[in-house]
Amino acid sequence: MENVTLKENDGVKEGVDQETVDAVREVGGKYKYGWSTDIEMEYAPKGLTPDIVRLISEKNEEPEWMTEWRLAAYDRWLTKKEPDWAMVDYPEIDFQDQYYYARPKSMIEKPKSLDDVDPKLLETYKKLGIPLKEQMVLAGVEGAEDIPAEGRKVAVDAVFDSVSVGTTFQDELKKAGVIFCSISEAIREHPELVRKYLGTVVPVSDNFYATLNSAVFSDGSFVYVPPGVRCPMELSTYFRINAENTGQFERTLIIADKGSYVSYLEGCTAPQRDESQLHAAVVEIIVEEDAEVKYSTVQNWYPGDEDGKGGIYNFVTKRADCRGDRAKVMWTQVETGSAVTWKYPSCILRGDDSQGEFYSIAIANNMQQADTGTKMIHLGKRTKSRIVSKGISAGKAQNTYRGLVSMHPKAKESRNYTQCDSLLIGSDCGAHTVPYIEVKNNSSRVEHEATTSKVDDDQMFYCRSRGMDEEEAVALVVNGFCKDVLQALPMEFAMEAQALVAISLEGSVG
Amino acid sequence: MLSIKNLHVELEDEDKKILKGVDLEVEAGKVHAIMGPNGSGKSTLSYVLSGKDGYEVTDGSATLEGNDLLDLEPEERAAAGLFLAFQYPVEIPGVGNMTFLRTAVNAQRKARGEEEMSAADFLKEIRAKAKDLKIDADMLKRPVNMGFSGGEKKRNEILQMAMLEPKMCILDETDSGLDVDAMKLVAEGVNALRNEGRGFLVITHYQRLLDHIKPDVVHIMSDGRIIKTGGPELALEVEHNGYADILAEVA
Ligand SMILES: Nc1ncnc2c1ncn2[C@@H]1O[C@H](COP(=O)(O)OP(=O)(O)OP(=O)(O)O)[C@@H](O)[C@H]1O
Ligand SMILES: [Mg+2]
Repeated sequence: MENVTLKENDGVKEGVDQETVDAVREVGGKYKYGWSTDIEMEYAPKGLTPDIVRLISEKNEEPEWMTEWRLAAYDRWLTKKEPDWAMVDYPEIDFQDQYYYARPKSMIEKPKSLDDVDPKLLETYKKLGIPLKEQMVLAGVEGAEDIPAEGRKVAVDAVFDSVSVGTTFQDELKKAGVIFCSISEAIREHPELVRKYLGTVVPVSDNFYATLNSAVFSDGSFVYVPPGVRCPMELSTYFRINAENTGQFERTLIIADKGSYVSYLEGCTAPQRDESQLHAAVVEIIVEEDAEVKYSTVQNWYPGDEDGKGGIYNFVTKRADCRGDRAKVMWTQVETGSAVTWKYPSCILRGDDSQGEFYSIAIANNMQQADTGTKMIHLGKRTKSRIVSKGISAGKAQNTYRGLVSMHPKAKESRNYTQCDSLLIGSDCGAHTVPYIEVKNNSSRVEHEATTSKVDDDQMFYCRSRGMDEEEAVALVVNGFCKDVLQALPMEFAMEAQALVAISLEGSVG
Repeated sequence: MLSIKNLHVELEDEDKKILKGVDLEVEAGKVHAIMGPNGSGKSTLSYVLSGKDGYEVTDGSATLEGNDLLDLEPEERAAAGLFLAFQYPVEIPGVGNMTFLRTAVNAQRKARGEEEMSAADFLKEIRAKAKDLKIDADMLKRPVNMGFSGGEKKRNEILQMAMLEPKMCILDETDSGLDVDAMKLVAEGVNALRNEGRGFLVITHYQRLLDHIKPDVVHIMSDGRIIKTGGPELALEVEHNGYADILAEVA
């Protein structure tokens, strides 16, 4: 919880504050990204058949092997069942009543200048807070890359419904040897890398949603950091669902080769609609020897209204494989959106002395349901993992932490520390903690701490007696509760996350 | 400044009357002290004035500069200029002390339609005021009141008061738990804030504090009423003889 404006040499840095409160005021406390863009879309017909899978593959101009890979996944999917063990409850999804492919028509041919770009698309990026130059690049304006950028340097890839609409700062990254592009481009331009790694962390048959994603993913981001390279800037992807009745199935593949480092940010928004929309993403991360990856998510999909109408069903499989010795991965997530969240970013600690960390804030308000956590699979010797989970429930929401820590026989002298805190606001919500622990050797140690607390009346009164209104007071107390996780986020994201915490708790008091 | 008339208060949850007709008038520029036996209702009075839940006002009124306090939310009372230094300051995990204060200062300013204080001005001011109270930089960064010693918590309340510059300050046993030096610091802090426009209501059990903060008026509270009002000499009398004589006198 750090504040940029108060940064000083003597280390007096401070946190939640005016910016948070301003952000809340600015959006009137309502879902900020609830608008939709009226853009002419090209859709594939509804429903899922081998032909649709082929069509997606063809639209992306994929090679034969990729088409086959997808079709194999499709066949597997037909044999699989939707999982029902999570503590979430939602009406049955008709998978044949969804669009599996949609893209803005204006993207079919590249615009020559800003004037040719569909202004509505530009408007969308503006509302998402993406700087103009990056808006131009994202809109595919030829030559936009050469215009000097002002301000912060974060390379952005934006995925609009099913397609990636562009990636910024490509040239600069190229100089460093980093590949950051859409996965569809990677399949075309770097097939050897994609073939080598795709599906090796999350196998095609992993679970119902991952299998579905493997068959129909239409785009997503691809990152490759070569040996010894420290990626010179943060990489960031914005995912946006716009079209109605459209599932979004993005696929992210990140490879950190030996001794490299990369920090990757992911942001998600969707319009406010009465009908629920499906989102089933897969993220695979490969971390080689001595490499380090930080993956941060601020998930702010539309959560549905107060009565639980609409919202995104978010079924996501994210996994990192620390393949080499001393590899490190850190997941940080701020989950404030979605009607239903089903998500367990995991670490396979295969290399000796490899490390996995998971920091999570999950907020569920109104009728939201969140079932989230992590899996730490210790395979290598002296592997370490750390889990810090902060669950906040308000309204009638249910929030479940589900975690697995597994120490295999060969994972000698490994360590895990888990801290799992739940905070309740009001008395109609629930918090659940479901930790699974398996230790199959006797030199490893697993520590688990869990607490459940309520936002305390005395704390509220203390804040209010100093002049804060109820919502400011709750935001302050909750941000304090989340501090350990907010601190793990990159600075810019931490600010955004603080503001989101406040926004998503709107209406939870009083 | 603060005008309390015939204030009757009982608990919301149980049938218990705590304040049974309090009358009190604190003028701008004056320091009033309230003394009284444990459980006589001093803290309750301060809570009711600041708007804490759980109490029901069954009769009477309380106004600040003519505005009805009892109708306002706690934050509105704060913005109107009321401040309570808590007898038991509350801990807030994870929220930096400075963050807390900056949020509070700006919330009040906004409520009054004033400009927010810039980060730089805020830092400058809080550093200077913290220094006067011998509060070090580390305490400013630590979470609000977490792990603070009893005396540190009380000094922190005075720091908040100095930053918020309220019109009417209520101090509930700010002296208890303070060592001799800290007591002086707190008293100096209060004296520095004394001016014509500001009123003080100082709740205390001891003459010691009143040696440093010279009160204009001293009240004795017992069983939910102000039973005697006098000058500074009344506090000395309590110090020497306890409450027995005074209680007997009014009985
Ligand atoms: N929330 C409550 N529930 C039950 N009793 C209460 C509550 N609040 C106050 N009381 C009772 O009201 C009476 C007055 O309490 P109060 O704290 O105001 O006393 P005080 O004068 O501040 O005492 P002290 O000098 O010990 O601080 C006490 O008998 C106390 O037990
Ligand atoms: Mg008291």
